[in-house]
Amino acid sequence: MNAAVIVFPGSNCDRDLAVAIREVSGRAPTMVWHGESELPAGLDLIAIPGGFSYGDYLRSGAMAARSRVMRAVVEAAGKGVPVLGVCNGFQVLTEAGLLPGALMRNAGLSFVCRPVGLKVENNQSIFTNGYAAGADITLPVAHHDGNYQADAETLERIEGDGRVALRYTGEVNGSANGIAGLFNPSGNVLGMMPHPERALEKAHGNQDGRRLFEGLLEAVA
Amino acid sequence: MKARVFVTLKPGVLDPQGRAIHHALEGLGFAGIESVRAGKLIELELAEGASDADVEAMCKKLLANTVIENFRIERH
Repeated sequence: MNAAVIVFPGSNCDRDLAVAIREVSGRAPTMVWHGESELPAGLDLIAIPGGFSYGDYLRSGAMAARSRVMRAVVEAAGKGVPVLGVCNGFQVLTEAGLLPGALMRNAGLSFVCRPVGLKVENNQSIFTNGYAAGADITLPVAHHDGNYQADAETLERIEGDGRVALRYTGEVNGSANGIAGLFNPSGNVLGMMPHPERALEKAHGNQDGRRLFEGLLEAVA
Repeated sequence: MKARVFVTLKPGVLDPQGRAIHHALEGLGFAGIESVRAGKLIELELAEGASDADVEAMCKKLLANTVIENFRIERH
């Protein structure tokens, strides 16, 4: 799998994501710095990592979404290249307009850092085909701004179109409809707050994130 | 030339920070607060010739997330 991981100042899950991709696909991704205006040719996956890009200044993901490399990411996404945004990456994707809605401060105001229960709502995608429909999985979250909000009309549309990829099974951060992961209309962009790359190897104590990368590999290979 | 941009959450958007401030004020003994909403003030020092349309474009492109926030511009 020919993958790229985008790196912003303040990203801190970029290496974790790179290790996960290498572990599953056997090929290390290209690390692409935020100031680049071009992406490597022939990409099968663009991954936007978690962290605190630009110190979360102004709003989480706001600065990163306007960085030079994101223009290339938006263009590639429009051409159908798979884009996965995890945690801060999800925030960047909403700020860049690739996904609707916004991720706001957690309803309880606390930074939430723990494993959470999730339901795979839609497994008919390049990202989720490795899971059974309706599968209950556990993945770690670690965020302060994971409270997904969108207006009623948008929520109705994304629910009606089956664009909710993952839903929290319990209360985590106040997200509307418990939304934890969301597809774009064509299904080649996924933003998710939980960290699949932190539940990959035996040593993690949980390997529920592995099938996301394995399913993706199978879909793009 | 200065511009002040006030960024506020749209009505109806839940504001957990405003609610926490509300609780803290009540904890200090201040009564009679109906609600608290927290926002941002951004001050811009502008060169001569920067138009109102320029500042509005800045708000729409970066300073406010119009999905959840409104903005108001004051010129001085």
